[in-house]
Amino acid sequence: MSMLVTQEPYLRQTQVDPEPPPVLVSGPVAWIRAHLLSSPLNIAMTVVTLYLSYLIFTPLIKFALIDAVWTGQDREACLAGPGGEVGACWAYVRAKLSYFTYGSYPWDLRWRVDIFFALTAIGVVWMLWLDAPRRSLGAFYFFIIYPIVSFILLSGWNAIGLSTVDTSLWGGILVTIIVSIVGIVFSLPFGVLLALGRRSALPAIRLASIIFIEVIRGVPLITVLFMANTMLPLFLPGNMTPDRLLRPLVGVAIFAAAYMAEVVRGGLQAIPKGQYEGAMSLGLGYWTMMRLVVLPQALRIVIPGIVNVFIALFKDTTLVSIVGIFDLLRTVEATLTDPTWSTPTTRFSGYAFAAVFYFIFCFGMSRYSLAIERRFARGHKR
Amino acid sequence: MSSADVSGSRRGSLINDPKIRGLVYQFVLVALLIFLIYGAASNAVENLRAARIASGFGFLEQAAGFDINQKLIPFSSSGSTYGEAFMVGLLNTLLVSAIAVVLATFLGFAVGVARLSQNWIVAKLAAVYVECIRNVPLLLQLFIWYNAVLKPLPGPRQSLDLGAGTYLNSRGLFFPQPLFGERFGWVWVGLAVAIAGAYLFHRWARREQLATGRQYPVIRVGLALIIGLPLVIFFLLGQPLTFNYPELRGFNFAGGIQVFPEFVALLIGLTTYTAAFIAEIVRAGILSVSRGQTEAAYALGLHASPTLRLVVVPQAMRVIIPPLTNQYLNLVKNSSLAVAIGYPDLVQVFMGTVLNQTGQAVEVIAITMAVYLTISIITSLIMNIYNSRMAIVER
Repeated sequence: MSMLVTQEPYLRQTQVDPEPPPVLVSGPVAWIRAHLLSSPLNIAMTVVTLYLSYLIFTPLIKFALIDAVWTGQDREACLAGPGGEVGACWAYVRAKLSYFTYGSYPWDLRWRVDIFFALTAIGVVWMLWLDAPRRSLGAFYFFIIYPIVSFILLSGWNAIGLSTVDTSLWGGILVTIIVSIVGIVFSLPFGVLLALGRRSALPAIRLASIIFIEVIRGVPLITVLFMANTMLPLFLPGNMTPDRLLRPLVGVAIFAAAYMAEVVRGGLQAIPKGQYEGAMSLGLGYWTMMRLVVLPQALRIVIPGIVNVFIALFKDTTLVSIVGIFDLLRTVEATLTDPTWSTPTTRFSGYAFAAVFYFIFCFGMSRYSLAIERRFARGHKR
Repeated sequence: MSSADVSGSRRGSLINDPKIRGLVYQFVLVALLIFLIYGAASNAVENLRAARIASGFGFLEQAAGFDINQKLIPFSSSGSTYGEAFMVGLLNTLLVSAIAVVLATFLGFAVGVARLSQNWIVAKLAAVYVECIRNVPLLLQLFIWYNAVLKPLPGPRQSLDLGAGTYLNSRGLFFPQPLFGERFGWVWVGLAVAIAGAYLFHRWARREQLATGRQYPVIRVGLALIIGLPLVIFFLLGQPLTFNYPELRGFNFAGGIQVFPEFVALLIGLTTYTAAFIAEIVRAGILSVSRGQTEAAYALGLHASPTLRLVVVPQAMRVIIPPLTNQYLNLVKNSSLAVAIGYPDLVQVFMGTVLNQTGQAVEVIAITMAVYLTISIITSLIMNIYNSRMAIVER
């Protein structure tokens, strides 16, 4: 097939003008254009939010840093700030810091509390660091050795030369940590048992577990604490009155166990049926199967959930102050009546200190939980 | 079950029969529970008798003898019973919870969407809000709102004037009380008619669209009806509505509606706290709808708004609703923290004052817990029904 070409093909004779340079797609200017100024609405939102941030953050920074008083012996220091206006009275926080930490624990015995904090740190790190050596030993330490040693250390035992310290003297961060650690140490084993009970084939056990879990999860913690506070002494024989600190601890442990049970149940349900069947076909009994096959996998999946329960528990420890226990919040409240430090900003400073304390712990734990989640998700990513 | 029978019969030993074992376990558990409950109950009876505390629910009929500042039903220190105090507390709990649920939902959805905004500053500010609120205990936030923000406000004479007859001072928030005239009832009738009309129009428009493909401005017509009709009636009747403005008389305000600072603090605290959690739920819900859904909707020619309304939101709601229910329940339960700042809710009135006056701990705590349990169960039931209607219908 041939075709006669009658027309010359078009050929451009002159050079084309260069294209305009492309709109920036990288670099700070392009970034600002894309993220802050992409449309009129977006520009308006940027302006409004910037103004809002200005309204919120400038007074905050001025109060907490610029006008703040860092050193001083009493309220005089915080009444006249360097900038004329009075900011946060950090001198008060510094003066009360040891009270916030130890409560009324005797001065010369506070080394015991320091050791307790160190033991806690060891236990928590051992449990949370997934690649730590000898983690089974760590669990043994955290759930058995550490609670017993801590109890003897803090309350004292005259037989080995440690003078006893009444729990009414304990206070501040010490009590906050005790309440949350007791919550976690007791709630985890009980939560596992309750979760197993709820999935049990035996109707009486299942029913008892369901009723316990749902009743406790259906009521506020404060009612459980009130119950522990007023009804525990009633339920025990007349001559036994449980310790003032022990009662809310029981309440917190019961409460946390119900929530933990639901988290653990989620993990149990996520284990494929094949794992159960495989274990059974190997001839393992119920407890052996749970201990060696199911629970190690289930508990590993729910670590983020457990940490979230712990965060909630840590925040909820503040409620023990309502039933008269001197936790951190209560000690802060108690110092506010001290005339030595009564200034208009003392209350703000005390609350700010407590807020920062809780924020650091809770935020840290939530970051940890996220990191674990991501680490577990790595295997599932395509 | 059959394998259990086989193994049981082969070994011939009762100890190794899982069925027998199961029965034994259950029997032991039940026996243990009965023993514990019996022991606790008999101790309680003994202790109560020793302390000369009455038992039974007769105390609900007794005169209470204390006053409550915020009450939705008549209550006075002379003549009202503990039972009525219980009702006052319960209604206060429900009031603050209901308002906080609505406000927290709006704020939470706004913040959740803001966290996903293209605008970097908006997203970051929302993130800062969520992290700061979520990681600080609610009780501390309530203390901050009540003790550090609302209590130090100036007294009634130096009230902050918020405009429109609304004042804020250390005794609370004062705003005008609407006084409905005799004929105002017709405005409500108009509103009811307008809502019914809007609903009928919506149904007609939908049928019409299915039949012919023509779309009608349902939202605009509906809004015009619901807002317009009552307004027209209102002006036709000669504006039968006046306001009772709060006025400074002596050392306090008179007239208007007074909202106590305890209520304001609790409402702000519960709303902002729960909103932070709702925001995270909303964010997770929207992120759970895969990008392919949006892209497919665009490929079908849908605009951004119908894509969001018809494709993304319905799928996101499925993920959002179950945890959202949990947050609502948490909010109701958290409202019990009112006791710490003195808002007269169920726990403060009943578990606090009534318990202290009567000493009938078992009954009072049982009633209080039963109330919260009932609220929990009813909410879960309603939400379960809603959830099953929203769930994906699979073949």
